[in-house]
Amino acid sequence: MTADLLLQAVVSGLLLGGVYGLVASGLSLIFGVLRIINFAHGAVMMLAMYTTYWLFTLLKVDPYLSILVTGPSFFVLGMVIQRLVIEPNRFAAEHNQLMLTLGLALVLENLALVLWQGDFRTVRPPYASASFMLGEALVEVPRLVACGGAVVMALALFAFLRLTDVGKAIRALAEEPEGAMLMGIDVGRIRAVAFGIGSGCVAVAGALVTPFFYVAPDVGESFNIMAFVVVVLGGMGNFVGALLSGFIVGLAESLGATLMPGSLKQLVVFALFVLVLLFRPAGLVGGGRGR
Amino acid sequence: MAAEVVAGLAVGILVVAPPFLPPYFLEILISVMLFGYLGAAWNILGGYAGQFSFGHAAYFGIGAYTSTLLFLTLGLTPWLGMLAGGVLAAVFGLFAGYLSFRYGLRGPYFSLVTLAFAEMLRVVAVNTKAVGSSLGLVIPNRESAPLNFVFAGKLPYYYVILAMALAAVWITRRLERSKLGYSLLAIRENENAAEAAGVDSLGMKLRAMALSSFLTALGGTFYAQYFAYIDPTITFGPSVSIQGLLQAIVGGAGTVLGPVIGAFVLTPMSELSRAAFRGRAGVDVMLYGLVLILVISFLPNGLMGWVRRRRRA
Repeated sequence: MTADLLLQAVVSGLLLGGVYGLVASGLSLIFGVLRIINFAHGAVMMLAMYTTYWLFTLLKVDPYLSILVTGPSFFVLGMVIQRLVIEPNRFAAEHNQLMLTLGLALVLENLALVLWQGDFRTVRPPYASASFMLGEALVEVPRLVACGGAVVMALALFAFLRLTDVGKAIRALAEEPEGAMLMGIDVGRIRAVAFGIGSGCVAVAGALVTPFFYVAPDVGESFNIMAFVVVVLGGMGNFVGALLSGFIVGLAESLGATLMPGSLKQLVVFALFVLVLLFRPAGLVGGGRGR
Repeated sequence: MAAEVVAGLAVGILVVAPPFLPPYFLEILISVMLFGYLGAAWNILGGYAGQFSFGHAAYFGIGAYTSTLLFLTLGLTPWLGMLAGGVLAAVFGLFAGYLSFRYGLRGPYFSLVTLAFAEMLRVVAVNTKAVGSSLGLVIPNRESAPLNFVFAGKLPYYYVILAMALAAVWITRRLERSKLGYSLLAIRENENAAEAAGVDSLGMKLRAMALSSFLTALGGTFYAQYFAYIDPTITFGPSVSIQGLLQAIVGGAGTVLGPVIGAFVLTPMSELSRAAFRGRAGVDVMLYGLVLILVISFLPNGLMGWVRRRRRA
């Protein structure tokens, strides 16, 4: 094992980690406000990746430019899903709400399979293979852009939650639902907005990764599981924690891939997941609501 | 009384009619029984104890791989391998359960950790040459050998899985009226209150876990013998876990007959949609998802819950 390979693994891991952080921030926001672990989060990301793909293939829209379309439209889609499917069941048992998002994931994923079959599709804009050397490590430009974009987006989300009235209402609802309601916050609307923002975030993440990833109906699954790991590690409902632990998980996965043969790298991530669930369910960073 | 007569009649039909069915229908009926059986096994932990496992594929896979590997390497008959797989799965279930329950994982956290355990086993199976890695294992020599759990034709397999499903239903019924069953219900409804009332919630949940994983593993062996081929995705993949819980939730989690009823609705529906949309993969699973959403939205206690409410009204 040479130092170069390790350095390369660190760079690649951190770059993908930023994207995990954004995906997980959306998931964490939804969990914080709705108290639902959204199994359909990855499926929403997959749909956004297809949207990016079709915009690029049919209309020659640059994947990064398409964020202007996917971001807002998936925000709306998220609100619609929340209003139509989740909100009517807000008093259902916790496990039934979990099943609801599982059903949603099955529908969305297989809708994509029905519409576009299972073949892998790729979006390859001219800059797809651009890269440069950082010391001894190769940095692929699309991955760098994805990481940078994800971090910017996550920070923007953070600022939004801190500085705007809607953001404050969202945080109030996450902290103390009844108190928020008593203060006159339109709880139903804020829940829908939170789900919309979460979906918008994961859609942006989807658009950001398409230039160097593949697009297929089940592509969201691996991101979804990664996001679970990240959210639990960062503390459920803790956004800063989600962003930070995104990098940790990206790093763990990438180092696992370098140090272990085959697809055993996933074992590292799952092992990390189980350990965190067992020993630090409130998250490494703390502040999350464990158990 | 009427319910018992209906149940007896239904079992009678399930025993007598299949020899006269065309092979295609027999295959569907075998799927119904297998999924009903897996649903019933999941139901013990998920429905009665209220612990929603998303990782029952782990036990299914352990069952399938244990009996198949014992047969391929030692020539041990899968009838015994099945029990070995069941015991191994129960041990793994106790291990996973002890860790999760001991550290107080409840609700969605428990679901996530079980999912992670199943995925870990899948990754290990994919990367282990000795168990065929991602290519999986084939059970060769398919000449009839009942002692080795290999039959000519589908009918004997049907009777095996029918017996297993009936046994699972019978076990659930016994469970429902046992001390364990009552304790599990108490834990499901309010774990803290149950503990305060003196229920050993850790012990009771572990018993449900052991029973549920043991039974699920037997289903895995049946699958391996029936299809003569297993691989990590088929046996350890998330779709197996989803299949089990789907039957139970649609039929009615925490009811004796729910999982079987669910299988009788879901499996033919999936077969019909597959026949209607030939060449369009995914329609059947999409329908599963849709039914799941609809059932939770409109029949939160599943079909059996709905039947019960109608009967009371």
